[in-house]
Amino acid sequence: MSESIDIINAFALLTNFVILPALSYGSQLALGALAVTLVYSILRFSNFAQGDSMAFGTMLTIIISGYMISRGWTITGVPTALLAIPMALIGMSIYLLTMDRLVYRYYRKIKAKQNIIGITASIGVMFVTGGIVRFVLGASAQRFGDGERFIFSVREFKAFTGLEQGIALKTSQFLTITVAILLVSFLFYFLQRTKTGKAMRAYSDNTELALLSGIDPDKVVRITWLLVALFTTIAGTLYGLDKGFAPQQYHLLLLPIFASVIVGGIGSPIGAIAGAFLVAFSEILLTYAYKKFLIYLLPLSMHPNSLVQLIGTEYKYAISFVILVIVLIIKPTGLFKGKVLDE
Amino acid sequence: MKSYMKTTAGFVISATMATASYGASVNVGELQGFTGPLESMIGPMSGGANLAVTETNASGNYLGGTTINVVQGDSVCIDPAVATAEAERLMNDENVMAIMGPNCSGNTGAVITNVLVPNGIVSISPSATSPALTTLEDGGWFFRTAPSDARQGPVLASIAISRGQTDMAVTHSNSDYGKGLADAFVTAYEAAGGKVTVLAGHDDDKADYSADVAALSAGGSSTLAVLGYADTGGRGIIAASEDTGAFSNYVFGDGMISDVTSGAVADGSWGTMPSPDLSLSDNWVRVAAVGGVNGLGVFSAESYDAMALIILASQAAGSTDRAAIQAQVMDVANAPGYQCYAGKLGECLAMISQGIPVDYVGATGVELDAGGTANGSYAESQVTGGAFSVVNIHK
Repeated sequence: MSESIDIINAFALLTNFVILPALSYGSQLALGALAVTLVYSILRFSNFAQGDSMAFGTMLTIIISGYMISRGWTITGVPTALLAIPMALIGMSIYLLTMDRLVYRYYRKIKAKQNIIGITASIGVMFVTGGIVRFVLGASAQRFGDGERFIFSVREFKAFTGLEQGIALKTSQFLTITVAILLVSFLFYFLQRTKTGKAMRAYSDNTELALLSGIDPDKVVRITWLLVALFTTIAGTLYGLDKGFAPQQYHLLLLPIFASVIVGGIGSPIGAIAGAFLVAFSEILLTYAYKKFLIYLLPLSMHPNSLVQLIGTEYKYAISFVILVIVLIIKPTGLFKGKVLDE
Repeated sequence: MKSYMKTTAGFVISATMATASYGASVNVGELQGFTGPLESMIGPMSGGANLAVTETNASGNYLGGTTINVVQGDSVCIDPAVATAEAERLMNDENVMAIMGPNCSGNTGAVITNVLVPNGIVSISPSATSPALTTLEDGGWFFRTAPSDARQGPVLASIAISRGQTDMAVTHSNSDYGKGLADAFVTAYEAAGGKVTVLAGHDDDKADYSADVAALSAGGSSTLAVLGYADTGGRGIIAASEDTGAFSNYVFGDGMISDVTSGAVADGSWGTMPSPDLSLSDNWVRVAAVGGVNGLGVFSAESYDAMALIILASQAAGSTDRAAIQAQVMDVANAPGYQCYAGKLGECLAMISQGIPVDYVGATGVELDAGGTANGSYAESQVTGGAFSVVNIHK
């Protein structure tokens, strides 16, 4: 290890272990959080089934991509899961629309006080969905990524730059960040520029007025579920490609996703994205051990002996909780002036 | 399974014949987890234990032609209450001279405390490997033919030092196995002058281990000891480490010795696993095959040795008295003496009756430490060409 101050290696180290993982994790959370925000804005309840729905979408991708691999329908270098997403999306849409027809539509019809009843109903859907996933794929972890694993690996990076610290860019990280940017741009274009998108915003802002001006509520609900299916399937698949698939892990994702939504401001799409990155960076920055990083930056006499780790990695999930509590106490509307949860 | 049925059937027939012949006979208990989590492994284990008895009875050299009957009890592996009740039944109702078993560490602890110590009867377990049993107060009534998990730590440490690996990060599965092994390893490694840069546990069945690996690598070492499971947490740790290039060398505990591991890391990483001397295991597999037992089954050799030790100790004591048997176990198990191997029980019994001291080597190279636990031997396996291959055997 060098004895002088070495900013470039310190930056490479941080990029490899903090910035890239946090960017891709944040993107995955953002997509999930947008799905929750959509359901909240249009259907007016907090969808607790989001994490397990992501597992359901990923399950469809795994099954379809497994079939495609067995038939040899692959493209060299591209994860087959990516090619399977359109098919999985169809399955996911059918599943969510069926759930809406079987469960949520009834409560809309009787004009129940939506959030609390919606939450309770969605918890039921959450257990059913999680149960189906475990029934079909089992509860154990599995990996389904194929194709090139890296855009460039640590070894290649080191050989190319001659640096002591390498940076690896995984295909899954690159895909996650790119796809997230594309999807988010699409969502904003859709909501701002298209007629259906405007109808959805109108329905969200003032339901009675929207109905009076001739907006078809069933169509708005359908389009919402289709968008949710899109975001859910892709978020789940990207998370699975990056970190592997395990039903319990997806179930637990609910917490950081809700933290993201509430931190950003409930019902605000921009807030959901900002909140997702805030949660992701907090989780990784607070659990990272900075010893090596500081050794690069500080003169020899000031080198730390301890790991300089603020919180052990096993407390990662607790960070979401803490952020949630702080925001609810200090600024219940979130960073982007959303609604208060039990409005 | 088939071979198990065969031995069991054979045993039932011989037992019936023994009762019919009015000859002197004695009962020995076999307390194993015939149902429960161990049931898939129990066939060869029970086969091994019964083979030792069949061999003895066939020789006619045991206590002047006395026949041994095996009385089986089901310890179900995970329920200490059942194991205790079964041990008491064997002891009181069946009047066994000693008990071969039980299997799982939790059960074994309960049987030691509730049955062995208060009543004074020997039990020899073939498969309870928890380090905690070493320190449990057993009054000298408990022995085991499988080495303690903690034995592997010092072996790993001494190999690491001899390979010149003087600093490393250590991660272990957050389980009794992982913690016990890590404690033993770190203590021995630091005593030998090694430096542990970071010591951290990992949970199994997480999806993402990148944060764990980032923390482990912050200590600056390029070597990582993974003391966990190849199919769950250990695999995740290695995947995250390879993704980020955090470590280039690995050291593995026996739970990691698997094709999954060797396929994921570069050549030169190494690990240890319990394994008897090659010539001993060849001999055992041959003897077992003749007796209709699958000698490759996990703990089948240890089961044979456990039962054989009971029989030989009783022969050395010249009686079936429980306390007399206890006094002889260490003597017949350890050097000095004439070395007895698996398949030679008849010969060995004859020597004992002639007053010649024996050193039972058996199927696994039995040598008990002062606490009555087998020392065991370990294979050092190195990854070469994407697969583990044994480079050395350490005792």
